[in-house]
Amino acid sequence: MTFTRRAALAATALSGALLLAACGGSSDSGSTTADPTNTGGSDLTGSVRIDGSSTVFPLTATAAEDFMAANPGVQVTVASSGTGGGFEKFCRGETDANDASRPVKDDEAANCEAAGIEFGQLTVATDALTVVVNPANDWATCLTIEELAKIWAPDSTVNNWNQVRDGFPDEALSLFGPGTDSGTFDYFTDVVNGEEGASRADYTPSEDDNVIVQGVAGSPGGLGYFGFTYFEENADQLKAVEIDSGSGCVAPSADAARDGSYEPLARPLFVYPSVQALQQPQVRAFFEYYVANDAAIAEGALYIPLSEEGQAQLVADLDALLAKAGS
Amino acid sequence: MTATIATTPSPAPESTLEGHGQPLIDKTFRWILFAATAVGIVFLAVLIVYVTLKGLPRLTPALWQNMPSIRNPDTAGAQSAITGTIWVMAFTALTALPVGILSAVYLEEFGNAKSRFQRVVDINIQNLAAVPSVVFGILGLAIIARAFQLGQTVITAGLTLGLLVLPVVIISTRESLRAVPQNIRHGSLALGATQWQTTWKQTMPAAIPGMATGTILALSRAIGEAAPLLLLGAVSFISFNPTGPFSAYTTMPIQIFNWTKDPREEFQILAAALIVLLLVLLLAMNAVAILIRNRTQRRW
Repeated sequence: MTFTRRAALAATALSGALLLAACGGSSDSGSTTADPTNTGGSDLTGSVRIDGSSTVFPLTATAAEDFMAANPGVQVTVASSGTGGGFEKFCRGETDANDASRPVKDDEAANCEAAGIEFGQLTVATDALTVVVNPANDWATCLTIEELAKIWAPDSTVNNWNQVRDGFPDEALSLFGPGTDSGTFDYFTDVVNGEEGASRADYTPSEDDNVIVQGVAGSPGGLGYFGFTYFEENADQLKAVEIDSGSGCVAPSADAARDGSYEPLARPLFVYPSVQALQQPQVRAFFEYYVANDAAIAEGALYIPLSEEGQAQLVADLDALLAKAGS
Repeated sequence: MTATIATTPSPAPESTLEGHGQPLIDKTFRWILFAATAVGIVFLAVLIVYVTLKGLPRLTPALWQNMPSIRNPDTAGAQSAITGTIWVMAFTALTALPVGILSAVYLEEFGNAKSRFQRVVDINIQNLAAVPSVVFGILGLAIIARAFQLGQTVITAGLTLGLLVLPVVIISTRESLRAVPQNIRHGSLALGATQWQTTWKQTMPAAIPGMATGTILALSRAIGEAAPLLLLGAVSFISFNPTGPFSAYTTMPIQIFNWTKDPREEFQILAAALIVLLLVLLLAMNAVAILIRNRTQRRW
């Protein structure tokens, strides 16, 4: 898996920006007004400033990279202050759009409204939160949400696999997960424990997912969770657990995340552009490019592209926003 | 490393100088001191060898010739981070050096050391030097980026890092001024020079070696900072060089931080390569500081 991805990336590197844009163009017929296949012919100038979630960062940065290859006059910058930190800057008008790994919160929306900043939501990709165990773990092939909740509940005292399910062997459980500032943590605790932020605290937290990879790969009874990309890149040293939310065991995969069967751990990733910013031609062109080439961008950033309905919805959402911007 | 003191029956003349009676304690203590010193050195050596070996495949001109890229890990470089670091350091120096040196000269040469004002300033400078760099990031975001409306630009970063190293510059400059013997000042004043002439023509030139070393070391602290700049909203992806003080920027520590978070192995190697480059830059700055000190040092 890893090898083919890398080979594909290398091939992309060789073929250069022209081919990238061409691929992007062919993957989508619902393109709006900008012509993404027209490389180097653009005389747009100005800047596009984006901040927000570090989970969505690779996607938007890939979009920025491709867009700037086609529009060398435009300077796109992407920061990663986190979803919440990004919204704070966004609602002060310091950025043109905000990446988010969760929907906007009510108080954030209120802040934006108070500052007179109007925005819309674009769902740009899907992520499958993946629960991983050590490859030596041959018993936990499928876990139910209840079992995950039993492990991760705030008052949980489960510290051995034999407490998770009858028949599991006597093996100490060591837990790894993202830190409390992470949108991944918010989402996981919300769907597994029923309350955002409610989690046992005696696990090894890290904002760096590579640390979680090392932790689980290094301990036979290890268990952790993070975005699908990190599992895919480390599939040789980790094992992904299938998730049973009541209708059978489903393994995390691009298809399962897209068609909605990987419930409830498949999550949408968002970008929130401001309507005011979309009135500037370079911001408008950037988002038209982003939406039109979304599948290629998601592939390039190692994320799961949207389903066809998702893509159609994305195009419709952007069109509605552009109509609001009235440009 | 076997000590001769313990085994020699008749005390040699040198060993009597080192004291007598407890050779075992003496030897043990020496080993403890040696081990304590070795810990730091060994860890530094391990770190350098580890990152160098890991980053070696990517320590190529492409590292500073190419721009960062998410799509093409194989050809990605760090040019924008390197130029960003240079821009930010230039503004850090422009902020911290004049202000720091002038205030040190005031406090040391002109101010009244016993006044209440100066005692308060003294204590605060000492305290500021110990404030965590993140706090300066919050200050920079609230005051420089927002109240002064400078935004997330090179100049905001330069001013913030300048404030961060200002106490270090003041303290080291004061120490080098204090090291200039009073005789020189008195001699100059006795010959009829004014206080301004004495300071400008005698004291400050004599203190230059110390000032130069102190300020370069202060700047090499600033060059490795990522935390305050992350708070200021330094961008993680930027594929163009800064064009002026109001340009967006990224720096090498931020690029390293960003690459280490990526799941792809290529970026881990790139991060190691950039760490090596940053270390080389730091060592070069420190070498320049030592060189200046050795070249210009005077003895009285």
